[in-house]
Amino acid sequence: MYKNFLRLLASVLLLLGFSINANAEFKVGFVYVGPTGDHGWTYQHDEGRKAVEAAGIKTTYVESVPEGADAERVIRQLAQSGHDLIFTTSFGYMDPTNKVAKDFPNVKFEHATGYKREHSNVSTYSARFYEGRTLLGHMAGKMTKTNVIGYIASFPIPEVIRGINAMTLAAQKVNPNIKTKIVWVFTWYDPGKESEAAQALIDQGADIIMQHTDSTAPVQVAEKAGVWSFGQASDMQRFAPKSILTSIIDDWAPYYVERSIAARDGTWKQQDTWHGLKEGMVAMAPYNSAMGSGLVKEVEKLQKDLASGKAHSFTGPIYDQKGNLLVAEGKVADDGMLAGMSVYVKGVEGDIPK
Amino acid sequence: MNIDINFLGILIGAIMASSVPLILAASGELITERSGVLNLGVEGMMIIGAISGFALMVITDNLFLAIIGSMLSGLLLSFIFGFLTQSLLTNHVATGLALTIFGIGLSAMIGKDFVGIPGKQFPLLFVNLKEAIPFFGPIFFGHSIVFYFAFLLPFGTNYFLKKTKIGLIVRAVGDSPLSAANQGINVLLVRYCCILYGGAMCGLGGAYLSLIYTPQWIENMTAGRGWIALALVVFATWSPLKVLVGAIIFGGITILQLHMQAMGIRIPVQFLSALPYIMTIVVLVIISRDSRKIKLNTPTSLGQIFYKEK
Amino acid sequence: MIKIERRDETSNLIYFLTPVLAIFLTLVTGAIIFYLLGFKPLEALKFFFITPISDLYGLSELLVKATPLCLIAIGLSFCFKSNNWNIGAEGQLTFGGIVGGGVALLFYNHEGFYVLPLIILAGAIGGMIFAMIPAILKIYFNTNEILVSLMLVYISKLLLDYLVVGPWSNPEGFNFPETRQFSESARLPILFEGLRIHAGIFIALFSVFLAWVVLFKTYLGFQIKVSGLSLKTAKYAGFKGKTMILLVFMVSGACAGLAGVGEITGPIGQLHRMISPEYGFTAIIVAFLGRLNPIGIVFASLIVALTYLGAETAQIFLQVPKYTGQVFQGMILFFLLASDFLLFFRIKFLGLKKYEY
Repeated sequence: MYKNFLRLLASVLLLLGFSINANAEFKVGFVYVGPTGDHGWTYQHDEGRKAVEAAGIKTTYVESVPEGADAERVIRQLAQSGHDLIFTTSFGYMDPTNKVAKDFPNVKFEHATGYKREHSNVSTYSARFYEGRTLLGHMAGKMTKTNVIGYIASFPIPEVIRGINAMTLAAQKVNPNIKTKIVWVFTWYDPGKESEAAQALIDQGADIIMQHTDSTAPVQVAEKAGVWSFGQASDMQRFAPKSILTSIIDDWAPYYVERSIAARDGTWKQQDTWHGLKEGMVAMAPYNSAMGSGLVKEVEKLQKDLASGKAHSFTGPIYDQKGNLLVAEGKVADDGMLAGMSVYVKGVEGDIPK
Repeated sequence: MNIDINFLGILIGAIMASSVPLILAASGELITERSGVLNLGVEGMMIIGAISGFALMVITDNLFLAIIGSMLSGLLLSFIFGFLTQSLLTNHVATGLALTIFGIGLSAMIGKDFVGIPGKQFPLLFVNLKEAIPFFGPIFFGHSIVFYFAFLLPFGTNYFLKKTKIGLIVRAVGDSPLSAANQGINVLLVRYCCILYGGAMCGLGGAYLSLIYTPQWIENMTAGRGWIALALVVFATWSPLKVLVGAIIFGGITILQLHMQAMGIRIPVQFLSALPYIMTIVVLVIISRDSRKIKLNTPTSLGQIFYKEK
Repeated sequence: MIKIERRDETSNLIYFLTPVLAIFLTLVTGAIIFYLLGFKPLEALKFFFITPISDLYGLSELLVKATPLCLIAIGLSFCFKSNNWNIGAEGQLTFGGIVGGGVALLFYNHEGFYVLPLIILAGAIGGMIFAMIPAILKIYFNTNEILVSLMLVYISKLLLDYLVVGPWSNPEGFNFPETRQFSESARLPILFEGLRIHAGIFIALFSVFLAWVVLFKTYLGFQIKVSGLSLKTAKYAGFKGKTMILLVFMVSGACAGLAGVGEITGPIGQLHRMISPEYGFTAIIVAFLGRLNPIGIVFASLIVALTYLGAETAQIFLQVPKYTGQVFQGMILFFLLASDFLLFFRIKFLGLKKYEY
C-alpha cells in the first residue's frame, strides 16, 4: 500500500517539474575514478569521451568518484537524469554498475576492466595492455646496459602480473641476463610515492624504468637521472622528451564512439570486449629515435606481428618461478589463463605480495 | 666496496631529499605551536603552497616568484586561521581542520587548469661535486637551494628560540600568555606573527613538492604529508634539531621500504608505513608521563584560547 | 572605535541563529565563487542545493549520506562537550569497520537473524576499543588526545589496507584489494525498494534520542557539561574526571564504529580500501554546526551531506569542479566559528572617541 503511495508521490514530484532533463536527447555519461587531468588513465578515458562528443553525441562526466558507497549514487544519478549509455571506468565500480543496471533496464552500461555482467544491459571491456608490455620488454632487453629493469607496480591483480610477465618474457628473449626488480606502491596514483619508487630502482642500478601506475612522476625522475623510461596510458613524451622510448596508449576513442552510436541507433548488444594492438585499443606512441633505427624497425615488426596474430605475448614454453610448465612449447596462453594470471613466470624475482 | 659506500651516499641523499617538505612544514608549525597555537591546517596550507607555486611558475615562468608566491599564499591562508583563532577567539582544533578541508578544495579548484602541464627543471647546485666525491657527493651536493635552506632552518630556528630575545618572547607567550601579557608583551601580535610564519613555511614545503620533487601539479599531491609534519613536531618534542632527526627517520622509512622491495626482500609494507605514526604515539607517551620533560619544551598553553579583558 | 566586551549571558536565540547566519554567508560567498568561476551563481546554487533533493531518490541518498555523519557527530558531541578533543573518529570508524567486517567474513556463508546484530555489536565494540587508546593514554600518561587520536586514524587505515590487500582479500577476487561480498543476512535491510536508504538510519535516530535523554535528562549529562566548562569546577564538585574521559571516548568510539559498520553492511556490502570518504573528519564540522546539540546535529548532518550530493549534481549538470563541495564545507565552519564570536562577545561602537588600549 505505502509503496503505491510513494510511487504516486514520486510521480507527482516529477510532474511538478522537480526532475530535470525530461527531454529525450541521447546522452552518454562517464564516471571517472581520478581527475581528468591525471594525464594517465582518466585522461585517456576523457579523450575517448571527447571523441564521442565530436561525433555529435552529448556527453557528461563525473570525475574523482571514490570507489565506495558514492559510486553507486553517481551512476544512478546519471541513469536517472536521462543518460542512455554510461561508461564506468574503474574496476571498483563493478558491483555498483551491476546494481544500478538492474534498476534501469533501458539504460546501457559499459564497465571497464571488470568481469561481472549480471544483467543483459551490462557490457564489459578492457584492453590487452600486455601486448604493449611485450614491445616494452623487447626494447628494455636491448637498451639496458646494467641488465636491471625497474618496474613500479600498483596492485597484484592479474592485469599487473600479466604486464610484468609479458615484459619479462620478451626481455629475456633478447637478453637472457636481464633482471626485473619490482616495487609495489599499492596505489594507482601518488606522484610522490611513484617518484620515490622510481628513484629507489634507479639507485639500485636500474637503467630502465617501467610503471604500471598512472602519474607522470616516474618518467620525470628517469629523465632527471638520465635513464630510459616508458610512458603509461597516455603519451607522456613531453614530460620526459629524452628519456621516454615510447608510451603504451590506451585508445578508448574508437570503442566509445562505436558503442555510443550503436546505443543511439538501437543496435547495442551485450558483449565482453578485450581488444589489443589489432583493433587499436592499445596503441604505441612514436618510438624514440635514440634507440637506433635498427631497433625501431625490429619493434615495429614485432608490433605488426602481435597485431596480426603471427606473434603472441605468451608463447610456450613458459614456466613459473618454481619451474612448472605453464604453457607447452608451440602453444599460446588462452584468454582464460591470461585473465586469471596470478603467478610470476620464471625469471621474475621475489614473491607476489599477499 | 667503493660502490657500496657510494650507494649508501645516494641512499642517504634520497632520504634527505624526501624529508625536505616535512622539515619545512614542521619547522614552521613548531614556531606556531611554541607560541601556544595549534594549527591543524598544515596539510591545507601545504597544498595551497603547492598549487600557487606551480601556477605562478607556469604563468610568470619565474621560479623565484613561484617560491615567494607559494610562501605568501601559505601565509594568506594561515591569516584566516590567525584572524579566526586570535581575533575571533575560535577553537583551534575546529578552525585548523576547516582550514585543511578548505585548502584541499580550493587548491583543486585553482589547479583545474594546471593539471597535465610539465614542470620546469629546478636548478640544482654543485652538480659536478655530486659525481666527483664518493659517498659525501650525493649526500651534500646536487640539490636545490630549498634543500639547503631546509637543512639549515632547524639550526636557525633553534638559535632563534634559545638565543634571541624575540625567541624568548615567543616561548614566554606559549608557556604563559597571561604573565607575558602582564609583562607588557603584545601576545596577539606575537601569535599572529608565529602563525603567519608557520603558514609561509608550510607553503614553501608544498611548493617543494610541486616545483622540485615531482615538478607538476596534481590534485591532493601532498598526500597526507601535512599530517606527518604535525606528528613530527610532537615526535621532536617541540625541539627544532630533533625535527631534523625525526624528518630523516620518517623519510627514511619510506625510502628504505622501497629499496628493500627492489632488493626482493619481502616486507609488510603497510606496517612500515604505519611506523612513523606508532613511533609518534610512543614518543608522546614517553614525554608526557614525565611532567618535567613536558615543561622543558612543550608550550604549556598549546591550543588554549587566550583572551584578556581590557 | 569599536570596543569588544564579553557577554554576561548568551541568548538562546543567537545561539541557534548563528548557524543559520553561517549557512547564509556560505551561500553568498559560494555565489561569488561560482560567479568568478564563470557560472551563473543562482543556477549553480540551485543545482548544488536544490536539485539533489528534488526527488525521492535524492532525499533517500541524502539520508544515506547523513546517517554516518550524524552518528559520528553525536558521539563526538559527548567528547567535545567535556573538552576532550577526539579528532580520530575516522580511525574509530575504520577500526569498527574492520572488526565488524571481520565478523561478517567469518559468517559469510551463514544465514540467520543473529548474524547482523553480531556484526553491528562487533563494529561498535571495535570503535569503542580503538577510542579507548587515546583516552587511556590521556588518563595514565597525560598525552595529548588530539595527536594520539589523529595518529591512530592513519594506523587504522593502513591496517585496513593490509587486510584487504592480503589476508582478507576475496579468494575468488583475482587479488583485487577487496573482501568477499557479505551474505544477505549480514546486510542492513533496505527500507524502500529501489532506494538505498537502509535500517542504519534507525540506529542513528535512536542514538540521537539516547544522546538527548542522557545529555538533558540525566545527572551524567550534567556532569559531562560541567566537566567541560571548567576542570576546577568539576573537581570541586567531586566528579571523577578520569572515568569521565574514558566514558566520553567510549561513547564516541562506539558511535563511529557503528557508522563504519553501517557503511559496510549498508551501501557497500564488503570491505575495501575506501570504506569512508573521510566521514570522521567531516563529522567534526557537523558536530560544531549542530552546536553539539543532538537535534542540531541532525539538521547539520543533513546540510553537510547535501554539500556532498550537490558537488556531484553540479558537476553532472554544469561541470562545476567537484571539489567545490569541500570549499563549501570549510567555509561553513569558518563562518560558524566566526559568528560564534557574537555569542560570547558584544561589539560596541563607541563613535570616534580616542581608543585607549
